[in-house]
Amino acid sequence: MNVVTNNKWIGQRTIRPDGVDKVTGRATFAADTTMPGMIWGKVLRSPHAHARIKSIDTSKAEKLPGVKAVVTARDIVDFTIEKGAVMLGIQDMRWMCRNVMAREKALFPGHPVAAVAATTEAIAAEACKLIEVDYEVLPFAIEIDDALKPDAPILHEWNKVDGKPSNVAGRLEHKKGDIAEGFGKADIIIERSFATRPVHQGYIEPHACLISVAADGKTTIWSSSQGQFMVRAMTSMLTGIPQSDIRAIPAEIGGGFGGKTIVYLEPVATMLAKKSGRPVKMVMTREDVMRATGPTSGSKSTVKIGVTKDGKIVAAQGTFYLQAGAFPGSPIRGAAGCSFAPYDIPHALSVGYDVCSNRSKVAAYRAPGAPIGAYAVECVMDEVAHALKMDPLEFRLKNAAREGTKAVHGPVFPRMGYVETLNAVKNHPHYSAPLGKSEPGKLRGRGVASGFWFNAGGESSAQVNVTEDGNVVVTTGHPDIGGSRAGIANICAELLGIDYKRVSVIIGDTQTVGFSNLTGGSRVLFASSIVATQSTEKVIQTLRERAAKTWGIDPEAVKWENGAAHPVSPNAGQFEPLTLAQIAAKAPEQGGPIGAGVQLNTAGADGGFGTHICDVEVDTDLGIVRVIRYTASQDVGRAIHPGYVEGQLQGGVAQGIGWALNEEYIYNKEGKVDNPGFLDYRMPVCSDLPMLDCALVEVPNPKHPQGVKGVGEVPLVPVMAAVANAVYDALGRRFYSLPMSPPKVSAVLDAPVAQAAE
Amino acid sequence: MPKVHVTTTINGEPMEFLCEPYETMLDALRGQLGLTGSKEGCASGDCGACSITVDGRLVCSCLMLAAEAEGHQIGTIEGMAHGEKLHPLQQKFLEHAALQCGICTSGMLVASEALLKKNPDPSEEEVRFWLAGNLCRCTGYDKIVRAVLDAAAEMRETAR
Repeated sequence: MNVVTNNKWIGQRTIRPDGVDKVTGRATFAADTTMPGMIWGKVLRSPHAHARIKSIDTSKAEKLPGVKAVVTARDIVDFTIEKGAVMLGIQDMRWMCRNVMAREKALFPGHPVAAVAATTEAIAAEACKLIEVDYEVLPFAIEIDDALKPDAPILHEWNKVDGKPSNVAGRLEHKKGDIAEGFGKADIIIERSFATRPVHQGYIEPHACLISVAADGKTTIWSSSQGQFMVRAMTSMLTGIPQSDIRAIPAEIGGGFGGKTIVYLEPVATMLAKKSGRPVKMVMTREDVMRATGPTSGSKSTVKIGVTKDGKIVAAQGTFYLQAGAFPGSPIRGAAGCSFAPYDIPHALSVGYDVCSNRSKVAAYRAPGAPIGAYAVECVMDEVAHALKMDPLEFRLKNAAREGTKAVHGPVFPRMGYVETLNAVKNHPHYSAPLGKSEPGKLRGRGVASGFWFNAGGESSAQVNVTEDGNVVVTTGHPDIGGSRAGIANICAELLGIDYKRVSVIIGDTQTVGFSNLTGGSRVLFASSIVATQSTEKVIQTLRERAAKTWGIDPEAVKWENGAAHPVSPNAGQFEPLTLAQIAAKAPEQGGPIGAGVQLNTAGADGGFGTHICDVEVDTDLGIVRVIRYTASQDVGRAIHPGYVEGQLQGGVAQGIGWALNEEYIYNKEGKVDNPGFLDYRMPVCSDLPMLDCALVEVPNPKHPQGVKGVGEVPLVPVMAAVANAVYDALGRRFYSLPMSPPKVSAVLDAPVAQAAE
Repeated sequence: MPKVHVTTTINGEPMEFLCEPYETMLDALRGQLGLTGSKEGCASGDCGACSITVDGRLVCSCLMLAAEAEGHQIGTIEGMAHGEKLHPLQQKFLEHAALQCGICTSGMLVASEALLKKNPDPSEEEVRFWLAGNLCRCTGYDKIVRAVLDAAAEMRETAR
């Protein structure tokens, strides 16, 4: 029996275990470490958007004094197209091997074609210039429309649709009921098309790694990623070094948002280290990050919603085309699967198309695909509400998915808190507050939108050890980006009944903790708290057994409470409580060290819903849209550390505001990204934003010991639509493409009303 | 070209080093001086992760040559706490959960300290505009701004 008498730590804003290191500059990120004898690696990248690589001559580079190794695709394990898919998670290694080093063709400007390791960065850069690549330059297609044209340049000749080479690499369909029947019952049908630009995850820390391959093949990887086990597995597959010989150490990670769920540098640096016999460090420049790591997809969508006069949705249809970039694999599942999930719709068809084009391979970005789909669906929902003359929240409440609703993407929803988020924003002071007066030349508006994300569980491992002095060390296996260590400390301290400061939480490397899946899918606190809880419960069981042994009574007659063993009742005997420290001190003579580990494939990660309110002010002279107030409500299950839960909401909202208003990839005539830096790729800065209010709704997840639901990804999903709906409210004109940047807003405001639909 | 000999003061300690004429202050700090608390996010002065102070003035160390440190007082994140005692800004960042990944935190703190030295009682708007050169992608800035305002209030109280 384990009695938690009060909630002392769960729900508290404790100081995170890694906090002091991070505010003093001591935390060690990927680029912060060195090794004796270390040399520097640099990548030579394709200047062309699309080119056949006829030959690569590295001989001049190899002769440059200071150069220690050169690597090309010949050094990377080839997963041939003909042999079929070799999957690692959602990644096909056929694409990964070609993405880390171009093989037959360079498919985007920035695609690696060779790499050099030299004694200094300057020599490595000089050597890259000496590599002679003979390219046959090919026509390219970047935008979806260009890639879909009948005569479009084809990236992958072997990819065929109806027997003909095509850039369409995949199609996903969710179907419910019969849309023809559904739309036949509709009194109002609204159909609109939308476009979004590629946007980058925008983590501030560029990709970096330091890798040593010893003479016996033992490999140490120090790198920043969203999964040290992903790094180990991919590096193993791409270099042929067995996983047991690769120790991947998770450095502190300076932001990922999905963009660090695949490798770019590690296999290359490993081969450079192997060939040179020296540890190799590689650090991307910001320009490398922008050109060659995954922004999310640009998209084109069409959404059609039909309702009856009384505001009931009878049918919905969505078609979503997403850029995959150089290799198949855009997040069509998120777009087609999540966008209608908040609603109970009897007849629906949602289809996603995966479109290859000559830009960098798409990487996951916070609820991949879902914000793209939600932008289209939630804007049409807004238009339908206007057509019905219904409050947009009442319209959503009338059609809200609830427990038992069969979602368009398949599952029947369990108990979940979508309606609660709608009511939370409806009753929030923000929703009833007047918009306030704006200065002349400025117009204000308010918009709302909802969003859904699947959430994930999956493999997770934890080890909980009691130290000899009676404190606790918890090791988990998912890199902590947003404060998950603080959540685990709260939970383990709660279960053990000790001060949270006595619980030290660390992230293990691949050879010291059991397999744990990526930090992604909003899984980390959900999954790791399940295994940490079960491990802690095993430890408590041992502690009770040890006390029972000391007292000479049955373990069942011992309870664990407030950090000590107690007899369950006076009948069990009269004994002074035995504290954790007292039991730990006796461990050597009572059976040895106290600790337990659990490894599980966790299940029960229910999806998450959020509803947001956004107020904007539009400067009609300059076309500048400013968000002046924002409230995000979300069903978070249970907020184990409310500060870091709110932080997820606020961070997601800020990214969505950037996506809505400013961020976009701009390509020049050669197909190169024209804004590969933070000055021209304009992410929100501090003075762009207001405070971001959170209205947390806690509907505990019944399948989790503490009620946890993933919270990290949902907050990005509704944002662009909430901003777009607010802009419509302000201007009476709707934008059907993002970003709503000053030039575009000005153009629409200057155009006659009839032409303003673009 | 021969290396440049630089005599400077870093976090109050006299320091000498040799650098390449083209070497940035950030590279010197992170490289031979071993002060990796200053981060490189862009190397173009856009993200502020490398913020340091030079004679009290806030500077992006990626835009400064190491040789320019000659004769000046350099302040980095490593010099912000006094021994075991954190600066009130550091403490408030922890209490407010004003960091997630932590890569921008060094620069945010150095920039915030420079603000409070200049203006001990900033408005929210003044904090937001002062920190506009420090990018954070995780927090949406909300908790950072609150932490800075709270630290400023506490420092004013202590100074009374």
